[in-house]
Amino acid sequence: MTWTPDQPIISVKGVHKSFGDLEVLKGVSFDVMKGEVVCIIGPSGSGKSTLIRCINGLNDIQAGSISVEGIEVHDPALDKLALRKKVGMVFQQYNLFPHKTALENVMMAPLLVLKRDKAEVEGTARALLKKVRLEGKEDAYPGELSGGQQQRTAIARSLAMNPDVMLFDEVTAALDPETVKEVLVTIKDLAAEGMTCILVTHEMGFAREVADHIYFTDRGVIVEHGPPDTFFTSATDPRTREFLSQIL
Amino acid sequence: MKHIPGVTRAARTDLPVLKPFDVAAHSPDAMMMTRWVAGLPWWTPAAILCAALLWPMVAYAQSSYTTAAAFEALWRWMPFLVTEGFLFNVLISIFAMLIGTLMGAALGLGQISLNKWVRRFAWFVTQLFRNSPWLVILFIVLLALPFEVRIFGTILTFPDWWKAVIGLSLPVMANISEIVRGAVASVPTAQWEASESLAFSRQQTLWRIILPQCFKRMIPPWMNWYAILTMATPLCSLLGVQELITLSRQAMESENNHPELLMPFYGFALLMFFAYCYPIARATIALERKYTVKL
Repeated sequence: MTWTPDQPIISVKGVHKSFGDLEVLKGVSFDVMKGEVVCIIGPSGSGKSTLIRCINGLNDIQAGSISVEGIEVHDPALDKLALRKKVGMVFQQYNLFPHKTALENVMMAPLLVLKRDKAEVEGTARALLKKVRLEGKEDAYPGELSGGQQQRTAIARSLAMNPDVMLFDEVTAALDPETVKEVLVTIKDLAAEGMTCILVTHEMGFAREVADHIYFTDRGVIVEHGPPDTFFTSATDPRTREFLSQIL
Repeated sequence: MKHIPGVTRAARTDLPVLKPFDVAAHSPDAMMMTRWVAGLPWWTPAAILCAALLWPMVAYAQSSYTTAAAFEALWRWMPFLVTEGFLFNVLISIFAMLIGTLMGAALGLGQISLNKWVRRFAWFVTQLFRNSPWLVILFIVLLALPFEVRIFGTILTFPDWWKAVIGLSLPVMANISEIVRGAVASVPTAQWEASESLAFSRQQTLWRIILPQCFKRMIPPWMNWYAILTMATPLCSLLGVQELITLSRQAMESENNHPELLMPFYGFALLMFFAYCYPIARATIALERKYTVKL
């Protein structure tokens, strides 16, 4: 199946995922169009992170289908590398490579995976670090950077692969309130540039501001979804209302 | 208020407090020997030797052969024992370590292979040699390997000391294999996931991301096993290899086997091994501390 921009760039249909006896996702479906920013919110353990990890093949699924730009993620013969060249991912714990400097972290994947020219990659990497406001930190090791700086380096590292979709897995959950803002600003810039983003987040104010669509998950299903204005003001499901009343 | 031993802050209560049981602190430590050696003051073997020397002096006071004569004999033999004996022990240990490290690294990577059969085979070989007595392995290698091999008409001789090198390298190999497996396992899985999501292949992840991170962590346990191996090289004397202990025994025989010779000659061997392994042990512990803090 070839993908055309008028089709959803990501299409999730009836996804089931279990870890042993524990069923984490019980039939989740949603579509994301190119350039859309989607936020997934919900209580802990509701399967949010699992869901986005399924999208780039870090977790496999038991039933249903996921397609990214026409690549069938659930296909046993899936070319994982091809999928992951299109999908960037940023983690809660940054997961930078501690033995490499910020610049090397950003340069590694384009050099080794895409086999690009070194001078060209270095130019792009420096530009990306500048974009995430880390000019002057190129030669710092992850251990010498603050949490917010590490997370922005991780975003730059993902962007260096020039992905079509970015997945953000609770990227501000490990940060203190002040550094949360610097990371969110970076993501907002990305969204404004038209990058397709899927965010799992607990930052409701941010979700309301940047998201085109919000999904609320609870116990492995999408309970409610809608554009932020209607979602936050007129949620109908009692579980959504209870969740929102606790955090807003 | 009562001071409770082990609690630095002044206790706010007289009631005893049950602290959580520290499993790590009570587990056997793989680097126990190195830690013990490194913890000794440098003059320990000399002190033990001095104390032990009093015993033959008392026991054989009636004998005509004096302790002084024994030391004079040791002095004459000393250059020979060091250059022909101890240096040979060092040579055996270096070759055995080299072979053991190369084979062990391959076996360790085999233990984390994606192929089930490679993994099982590597695990089996590792456990087999890790849990066998070194002496048994040495004898098997000695008896199983031919003393010469004929390849296309040329005869390659297999001297005893090479058999000893191979025999000693096998248990080292098994333990290095475990070090490699353990070090790779100690890198958080998040590092695998991060490089996977950047489209690195498994080989690239392993060689560019995981192994460079745990390389430093492998150095202290690797040095620990080198020290253990060096101290095990006298086992080769049982195979008739002309190393320090064999030569010491032959030297004593040529000095008419006076019992007074035992302490000076074996004490000298002990001092040689201590002088060689002590700096290694100290350096190992220093490196271990340095890398643990950085984790």
